[in-house]
Amino acid sequence: MMSNNENAGISAAQAENSSNTPPYRPPVDAALLSGCLLTMNSICKSFGPTRALNSVSLSVQSGEVLALIGENGAGKSTLLKVLSGAHRADAGTMSIDNKPYRPRGPQDARAAGVAMIYQELNLAPDLSVEDNLLLGHSNVGAGFLFRSRQREQVQEALNMVGLNSLSPTAIVGEQSVATQQLLEISRALISKANIILFDEPTSSLPQKDVHRLFEIIDRLKRQGMGLVYISHFLEEVRAVADSYSVLRDGENVGDGRIDDVNDDQIVSMMVGRDVNDLFPSVPHEPGEPWVSIDRLQGDSVPSEISLDLRRGEIFGISGLVGAGRTELLRTMFGLDHITGGQIQIDNSRVRHSVRSKMRAGFGMLSEDRKQEGLAQDLSLIENTTLGNLDKYTTFGLINLRARSRVAQELMEQVEVKSHSGHQRVSELSGGNQQKVAIARILHQDAEILLMDEPTKGIDVGTKAEIYRLMGTLAAQGKTVVFVSSYLPELLAVCDRVGVMSRGQMRAIRDAEQWTEDEVMATAMALEESPVINPQV
Amino acid sequence: MVKKLLWQLGPLVALFVIMLLFTIADSILGEGYFMSARNLRVISSSAALIAVPAFGMTLIIISGGIDLSAGTALTLSGTALALSLKAGDPIMNAFMLMLLTGCLCGLANGVMISATKVVPFIVTLGTMTIFLGIGQIISGESTVYAPKENIPDWLSLCYTGSNNEKYLIPKIPTSVLLAIMLGVGVATMMRYTVFGRNVFAIGSSESTARLCGINVPGTVIAVYTIAGFFVAIGGLLYFADVKNGNPSDGTGKELEIIAAVVLGGGSLSGGRGSIFGTMIGALIITAIRSGCSQLSIPNTYTHIIIGCIIIIAVIVDQLRHGSPEWFFRMFRNQNTA
Repeated sequence: MMSNNENAGISAAQAENSSNTPPYRPPVDAALLSGCLLTMNSICKSFGPTRALNSVSLSVQSGEVLALIGENGAGKSTLLKVLSGAHRADAGTMSIDNKPYRPRGPQDARAAGVAMIYQELNLAPDLSVEDNLLLGHSNVGAGFLFRSRQREQVQEALNMVGLNSLSPTAIVGEQSVATQQLLEISRALISKANIILFDEPTSSLPQKDVHRLFEIIDRLKRQGMGLVYISHFLEEVRAVADSYSVLRDGENVGDGRIDDVNDDQIVSMMVGRDVNDLFPSVPHEPGEPWVSIDRLQGDSVPSEISLDLRRGEIFGISGLVGAGRTELLRTMFGLDHITGGQIQIDNSRVRHSVRSKMRAGFGMLSEDRKQEGLAQDLSLIENTTLGNLDKYTTFGLINLRARSRVAQELMEQVEVKSHSGHQRVSELSGGNQQKVAIARILHQDAEILLMDEPTKGIDVGTKAEIYRLMGTLAAQGKTVVFVSSYLPELLAVCDRVGVMSRGQMRAIRDAEQWTEDEVMATAMALEESPVINPQV
Repeated sequence: MVKKLLWQLGPLVALFVIMLLFTIADSILGEGYFMSARNLRVISSSAALIAVPAFGMTLIIISGGIDLSAGTALTLSGTALALSLKAGDPIMNAFMLMLLTGCLCGLANGVMISATKVVPFIVTLGTMTIFLGIGQIISGESTVYAPKENIPDWLSLCYTGSNNEKYLIPKIPTSVLLAIMLGVGVATMMRYTVFGRNVFAIGSSESTARLCGINVPGTVIAVYTIAGFFVAIGGLLYFADVKNGNPSDGTGKELEIIAAVVLGGGSLSGGRGSIFGTMIGALIITAIRSGCSQLSIPNTYTHIIIGCIIIIAVIVDQLRHGSPEWFFRMFRNQNTA
């Protein structure tokens, strides 16, 4: 290992680091003995004063899937970016096949056989499947593409991810998200990658495609590739990974075989304390029905949904992606067009427009936090108070001081971690951004909070805070509508859960009366199956 | 906090440096006329000519749009004013006609952008030549001269010349006074009114604005109409300067107006920009132009210098937002090596 340390700068930096040795160091030497495909040794990386990685090590053997686990901001993505050449480490060494590996950029990583599948898709939507797969590593001669020679290559890569029937000339933008995700993988395969890094690949996939992805990962594994997999979902990690490595605050805190630990142990490693309760609940008593949704019909989904909501309850909505859950919330909030149906609050009809809905007490948290939920360029204060500035206005002028005071109070209430209220939202972590978005609905004094995937892409600790907040709101007599793809949280947090499929509400029951299997069976119900009449 | 303030004063620092450079160059190579009170009045009054329509453009750019028709809409309003004065209408009628023309141009842009969802660049590219054509039709394809006796005194006092005793307030050009008053008004509107904050929100993320219940189409239409108002006032100042109306004079002015906004820190991707910055941006353009003419630098070179300054300004603006990445990576590697 020391033979890799030729670079004087790196060893000097390492010497400096040895003064504050991390409390835990994984057994790198043992990994070396067994012919490791990839090792990262004592990687350090700082951004200004912030230490993102402090002497992090990990190793992957060929034919192994390593799950990289940690809360948001623990340094997982930074580590993968160092590995894929997007960032350069300040100190530390890496090797692939026992040969030193020092990428100066993504091209070097690709040449060394390292490919990264990002959380967000990185395909050119207007180009064909073939063009996308060949982007960047075309077999060029004098600047011309030799398509015929590459057709086979493309077809082979498509076959490997099970997209045999997809035409290489199809336009990528017209394919489903799941297909695009698989295309990303086949792009990695075509570049002869033998180390593939997955950064939360399932966050935008429907359940059945997740299984397909796992099958493909399994196939790649059996071909002797080394895979690194980041995910927030422990069940997923269990299903796909062989070993795990946990990061916390940019340091290794534990690793081993995934079968040797239970979920609680992993979670306590992640958060650095024992988490007794992943789903904290605040006692609240659902009251009288007061919001009545009557045969709400959108352009295609939702189709004729009727539903009553009670004061002080958390109402969960489950269903597969595409079942119309998001559309139901959006039509309830007046964002999407409706062709029929109406909503009554305390027996008086609410007009179908965002303004009227907000005035009637609706508030909405978008599932797309980056694009829709928040104006990324604007400050925390600005984002929190947006849409409800009238209460600070006298003679048409806003009282900026009053506005910033109220916003700061709200930020403290939801415990946003930030330097100041004037900081841009884009500088915050995902969890903190979500809290700002929640602070805004609170600022709107919403009584009926429509929350679409509020815990998506958020670490365990923040998730628990959000559940607690939901409970507190319900205890105040507010109504929370909670859409989620993550069944355990839905069943643990909600009072009632409704399951949607193909735009219809298939069944509503008290949360205790559901099992995960029943929810899944209902969510995948075919069109013919009888719709169980929803009733309060 | 101090650093942030310094960055916000960035355009002002740039203006100061440019003025300083020209003063030094002029005192060595020229006649030392650049910093004279008379020349400063010329610089500031011609800056007002750019700044006033640029206030409207600032609103549009903050909202995430662009208006390529500002130049021809400006001379269309000016031509309408000239025609009305030529016909011997009372000045108030002529004035209202001019404002109406400008606002209608803006309203047309705004309604089309909101209703058709075609990008502002294309819509205003179309209306740019439409306004030019309308101007040529109403002017009979020639320059419209309003008889001197029909032009009231106060209007000729708005001009960008330097006869300082004739100003409303001695020694301060009336056009500058007008620009400052309008600037303070619109800056207050952007900072302290719900409408102003909504414009920022729309430019930063339109879907977020919609989620917050902001009336996006209404606000966009209002932004373009208000911009039309400022364009019309710009047309008034231009008319006061040249004393005639020629609809084709405006071609190319839109670029100058956009440049002033960009120099002042406006971002073409929306959500950023300031009225104060735009004022400074307009001053930078006219200071360079005046300085170059003092130093007898040919017009052709002045174009090149202004072009370079615009590009440099945007590069500097990007640097403060951490882009391009390769530039910063270069520094980081030097530190670690």
